[in-house]
Amino acid sequence: MTMQQQVLPLSGDAPRNSENYRSDHLLVAGMVERGSKVLDVGCGDGDLLQLLESRGIDGRGIELSREGVNRCVAKGLAVVQGDADTDLVNYPDDAFDYVILSQTLQATRQPRTVLENLLRIGRRAIVSFPNFGFWRMRLQLLIGGHMPRTENLPATWYDTPNIHFCTIKDFVQLCDEINVKMERAVALDLYGRPLRLNAPWWFWNMFGEQGVFLLSRAEKTK
Amino acid sequence: MGSRPNLCSGRVFYGLISVCEPPRGAGAEMTKVESLASPSIHAEERAREADHPSSPVAKFGPDRPLKLDCGIDLSPFQIAYQTYGKLNADRSNAILVFHALTGDQHAANIHPVTGKPGWWETMIGPGRPLDTDRYFVICSNVIGGCMGSTGPASTNPATGKLWGLDFPIITIPDMVRAQTMLIDRLGIETLFCVVGGSMGGMQALQWTAAYPERVFSALAVACSTRHSAQNIAFHELGRQAVMADPDWHHGRYFEQGTHPHRGLGVARMAAHITYLSDAALHRKFGRRMQDRDLPTFSFDADFQVESYLRHQGSSFVERFDANSYLYLTRAMDYFDIAADHDGVLARAFRGIKTRFCVVSFTSDWLFPTSESRALVHALNASNARVSFAEIETDRGHDAFLLDVPEFFDISRAFLQSAGTARGLTRAGG
Repeated sequence: MTMQQQVLPLSGDAPRNSENYRSDHLLVAGMVERGSKVLDVGCGDGDLLQLLESRGIDGRGIELSREGVNRCVAKGLAVVQGDADTDLVNYPDDAFDYVILSQTLQATRQPRTVLENLLRIGRRAIVSFPNFGFWRMRLQLLIGGHMPRTENLPATWYDTPNIHFCTIKDFVQLCDEINVKMERAVALDLYGRPLRLNAPWWFWNMFGEQGVFLLSRAEKTK
Repeated sequence: MGSRPNLCSGRVFYGLISVCEPPRGAGAEMTKVESLASPSIHAEERAREADHPSSPVAKFGPDRPLKLDCGIDLSPFQIAYQTYGKLNADRSNAILVFHALTGDQHAANIHPVTGKPGWWETMIGPGRPLDTDRYFVICSNVIGGCMGSTGPASTNPATGKLWGLDFPIITIPDMVRAQTMLIDRLGIETLFCVVGGSMGGMQALQWTAAYPERVFSALAVACSTRHSAQNIAFHELGRQAVMADPDWHHGRYFEQGTHPHRGLGVARMAAHITYLSDAALHRKFGRRMQDRDLPTFSFDADFQVESYLRHQGSSFVERFDANSYLYLTRAMDYFDIAADHDGVLARAFRGIKTRFCVVSFTSDWLFPTSESRALVHALNASNARVSFAEIETDRGHDAFLLDVPEFFDISRAFLQSAGTARGLTRAGG
């Protein structure tokens, strides 16, 4: 309860054992080049930002919940209270090397606008989201006849903040529509392990529990 | 909203109530009308502190005038200040703390006039967020103040009399310009951090906007980049109260042996309401009676909240100069960083490298969160590294002076993180 205990490791301190980090965070962090400048949209308690800062990356965050923001700031992280739907417009073009949207896309009101903003503010975007096409989801709806709930997404339909679920297939389609280039795509299974690289999309869409995408602006074709 | 259990004990704030017996209505006359308790028992001490403060003073002679925004060169002038902790060999661990409207340089020591603890003892000291084992903390009295820095209560060397209203109008940028001269005098090139709440936060922001290369980090609390119309209105109310007091004598009260304690007391009472919140007043006082069970059917202070306010008013006039109050409220009114940058706030911070931490409090209606958010948006647009936390409390604007653990945690972590980036070691070296 002492204040000292609440102060968590800061950049420059010894990095935590990588086993303490979530596998999708490690995957995302692996996509970010050292020394770059990153904005984490919907940064929660700041775990990913801490991982990034421990790797010498200049990280900033936006978080909707006041409690989350205050916990981040109390860890020495540069985090502000804000809403991905309304506050990204305040950031100038090309302000960051990467903008990360980790497990947040499905909770935004305007996922398409948010995605466009990510790639306006950042030269690249990293987006991860739960795949609603995952076989367990499909099975719950098909056999159980109710809205799917999992360990990672335990909320009931009436109190979930996740209002815009999509499948990996849906997301790929959106990227095509708004002329976004997919530099890297990874699907993780239920245990956070990457699926086979050469598997076809339908396989990922069925067996990927979540998708992680590294995106960049496609060359203007017209 | 109002009855949420409070996280913090009311130690600092309501200590005034428990320590000092509030003024009571004397006797039982039915129509007793009690004005504010009168004469300032500290008048002489206060007058002495204005010219000869008991803290260190930096004096600037005719060769070093202070160029004021109103076009006048103030010279000679002096700045009274306090320091806590030790400046390291690299001169890289200095934190400049700014006081609010009615504060002074005595942030973490016993006040020479009132004998009370410093106004930010909770923040400054060994092991505190502004850790004096690690940082060199400086706090100076603002220009225009009345505790030793040149102001309307100081002696004008040209006339041998007190300045009074002959003192030029000063601004927040003037205060900061004077502070840069003090920092130069102390041999410090770059400040590790500038820290302040309310008017102190305004000074912190002015430092970053005017001297970004001299400020490594900034902690701006319960403040704004400009004074709102409502805040100007409250200040005008306070000034009019002072000037309506016949004892004010057009600002020459010291020559008449008086002090406009009624007017200044009323100004303080009105201002004090703006520092609190409805919820806090309700929680602490409600409609409870003061030392009585029934109304007296008079204008005596029947309610505890009245008694409390009267006490706030009368204790304030003992330690503060009325003219100084006029000048400092005016300085806040004029403050508007965007106005100095073609009306675009983000331009004030373009390309800034300073690390920011902005803090607001949910129940602060004097400097509401929306003002801090506007600042944060401008800093984001300028690509600045900024943290922003809104802290939930029912204690209003004054929360930044009180025992609010979440605020301490955030301040501590921000400074530690900035210290790591600056290469400060734990020992301050």
